[in-house]
Amino acid sequence: MSAEKTENLSWIDKRFPLTETWRAHLSEYFAPKNLNFWSFFGSLAILTLVIQIVTGIWLAMNYKPDATLAFGSVEYIMRDVDWGWLIRYMHSTGASAFFIVIYLHMFRALLWGSYRKPRELLWMIGVVIYLAMMATAFFGYLLPWGQMSYWGAQVIVNLFAAVPVVGDDLSVWVRGDYVISDATLNRFFAFHFLLPFVLVGLVFLHIVALHHVGSNNPDGIEIKEGPKGNRWSDKAPADGIPFHPYYTVKDLMGVVVFLALFALVLFFMPTFGGLFLEAPNFQPANPMQTPPHIAPVWYFTPFYAMLRAIPPMWGSQFPGVVVMFAAILIMFALPWLDRSPVKSMRYKGPLFKGALAIFAVSFVALAWLGIQPASDLYTLLSQIFTGLYFAFFILMPIYSSIDKTKPVPERVTS
Amino acid sequence: MRKVIIAALLLLAPGLLLASETAHLEDADIDLRDQASLQRGAKYYVNYCQGCHSLQYMRYNRLAKDLGIDMVTLRETLIFGDAKPGDLMTKSMRDEDALKWFGVVPPDLTLVTRWRSPDWVYTYLKSFYMDDTRPYGVNNILFPLVGMPHVLGDLQGKQEAVLEPAHEPGGEPIVEGVKLVEQGSLSPAEYDAMVRDITAFLTYAGEPVQLLRQRLGMYVLLFLGVLFVFAYLLKKEYWKDIH
Amino acid sequence: MSAQGVNTDRRRVLVAATSVAGAVGAGFALVPFVASMNPSARARAAGAPVEADISKLEPGALLRVKWRGKPVWVVRRTPQMLEALSSNDPKLVDPTSEVEHQPSYCKNPTRSIKPEYLVAIGICTHLGCSPTYRPEFAPEDLGPDWKGGFHCPCHGSRFDLAARVFKNVPAPTNLWIPKHVYLNDTTILIGEDRGTA
Repeated sequence: MSAEKTENLSWIDKRFPLTETWRAHLSEYFAPKNLNFWSFFGSLAILTLVIQIVTGIWLAMNYKPDATLAFGSVEYIMRDVDWGWLIRYMHSTGASAFFIVIYLHMFRALLWGSYRKPRELLWMIGVVIYLAMMATAFFGYLLPWGQMSYWGAQVIVNLFAAVPVVGDDLSVWVRGDYVISDATLNRFFAFHFLLPFVLVGLVFLHIVALHHVGSNNPDGIEIKEGPKGNRWSDKAPADGIPFHPYYTVKDLMGVVVFLALFALVLFFMPTFGGLFLEAPNFQPANPMQTPPHIAPVWYFTPFYAMLRAIPPMWGSQFPGVVVMFAAILIMFALPWLDRSPVKSMRYKGPLFKGALAIFAVSFVALAWLGIQPASDLYTLLSQIFTGLYFAFFILMPIYSSIDKTKPVPERVTS
Repeated sequence: MRKVIIAALLLLAPGLLLASETAHLEDADIDLRDQASLQRGAKYYVNYCQGCHSLQYMRYNRLAKDLGIDMVTLRETLIFGDAKPGDLMTKSMRDEDALKWFGVVPPDLTLVTRWRSPDWVYTYLKSFYMDDTRPYGVNNILFPLVGMPHVLGDLQGKQEAVLEPAHEPGGEPIVEGVKLVEQGSLSPAEYDAMVRDITAFLTYAGEPVQLLRQRLGMYVLLFLGVLFVFAYLLKKEYWKDIH
Repeated sequence: MSAQGVNTDRRRVLVAATSVAGAVGAGFALVPFVASMNPSARARAAGAPVEADISKLEPGALLRVKWRGKPVWVVRRTPQMLEALSSNDPKLVDPTSEVEHQPSYCKNPTRSIKPEYLVAIGICTHLGCSPTYRPEFAPEDLGPDWKGGFHCPCHGSRFDLAARVFKNVPAPTNLWIPKHVYLNDTTILIGEDRGTA
């Protein structure tokens, strides 16, 4: 480094902890050396968030949050704005990509036991991020003002009407009208613009918590509690390596692979067979006519299937709504439900492994069922899988404590 | 665990939504690279369809540029009235008149191939049959009780419904298909070709950027392939340090 | 910091190659975002050349045509007006139109294709107001030397009937003459000249 450069840097460092931050979070942040491909999804989630925010701001330059203009303004972006189609497809593909990445990121946490002590808060902040993402996606889905946007929002907002006593007033308040209307569109646009920046704040907290407790790894071993001293520092964990350059170059590789898959969808199948952009949404919203078959976008369908699985009780749909929200809220309790003496799935026994497999299958099955038109068989299946979904959490204190675990090695395996 | 992931990925595969579609659709077999077909389709469209159906998000000059039509030909063969080349392709009929004549406002067709499908449009245009109970004497098996007259009827000729006896005694017979009983001014093959051209044009109009998008996608993937090689070598080089 | 036996040259080359390739990719990714802020097809269609019908324009009268949201003037100058033009020359900043504020075919004493008709963009080159048409000779407020022209109400800039700017006014340059072409004797197409330059 040249003398001049060092001088400039020290000028900054006296006023802002630039070098210190760089060291604490990158060049001297020691991550376990045995991270595998599952660890890509954290950095990919940040990438997708950035893609969504940037493309979203650019879309907002031409989008009109007005019931009479919204649909036309999206087509205007797709046709009349130079490169508008690319930005719009990036945003629509990005929304689905974000959820795929987050679901894999969360599944990784289940595999490695990343929600266990000392990462309970890290996990809970993550669940809050997930909730904020779902809210953002829900608000955003109304904006194209197509048939699916309209009727999807109609159904979800009507869930609030199922709340006892105040339900009707609540749903009218959410909409700002007696139906989904211009007023609803306008406020959804405002929230859709705001929430991503809340997400950025939450992601910041998530990373602060992560770097405080240190990264987990496929073995679920705390490298901080192991022997000290490696090539870079005497005090650092022996099994840790600097995040930069080792994981920056590794994540870069993951980013390129992700971008290739992203480009594959974006350029060759932007609607993804109707899952990422649904066909009825190419028809402007028509409050007089519901399309023959409506379903939420795929990333909401597991919870939608649970909603439909619960029959109305006491003349109210409310129990279904409660179950749907409980399915997400129960994730907050996860750190205290797992009583297993080991963290990682590698050393857990057949009971826990089986439970996780059943849980994953149930989640995917519910996602599929949520897309299908309602039928008696599908409702029954939805009920079964909803039961299995909750059983994973509720029975966890039992099966995790009686499970036969394998001995955990002292050091991480490579 | 791998199996769970694979199952999850398979589930995301496209096409699942379409599985529930019941109607039998004929394959439109269009080729967006065939500019001659698209040009013919555009000409048929402005002559037979645009009186009632707009393409309200499509501009004449965009169409001319994408389909290789020069400005003079555009003005002479595709633009009627005093529209300018930069204008949107609106319809000539007023909505009030449409309500009076057809009972509905004919839908805008810019995105029809995206919310229906090209095959649907192709099959629809071939599925009109004579039905005296309807105001314009025709019905459509794909779109029962449709308000639209068979605009291409003189070209196609007359079709009759093929009826299947009702499943329950005393029920209405079921319309199972159509058959040509009186040929129009075009042979069946010529009519199919014409309908295919119209479908191709409407598919183009649904997403004018489609071909460019795919071409660009190839370059992007090629570039990412190169970048991956560098990123991979870089990662391997650095990770030599780690044992 | 790095371990022994590391091929630092190879590392440097790979870091450089990846960075350059990444930067190229980022550069290309930037293009759509920058380009999308250009005028859209709708704006371009609205900014398409417009036709001006001058068949009913009387001598000495001014016709305003909107092109790209701006007023374009067509003035049919009388013989007296044309005659008076050259007498303004000493008082003008750029009497021979050296600054390229006109298509080359309008770089002449009358700044027009046909001397009779002036076509000019009616936006003051100072701060963008639209000057007022003052065809009369020697009005009280503009002084005895005024031989017809344009007076900007915002900051008092003055232009003669060839849209040339006078000295000692805020506007620095002559008014813009847009590209235009005569489609026939009574129709001018403004905004395009079909390469007749």
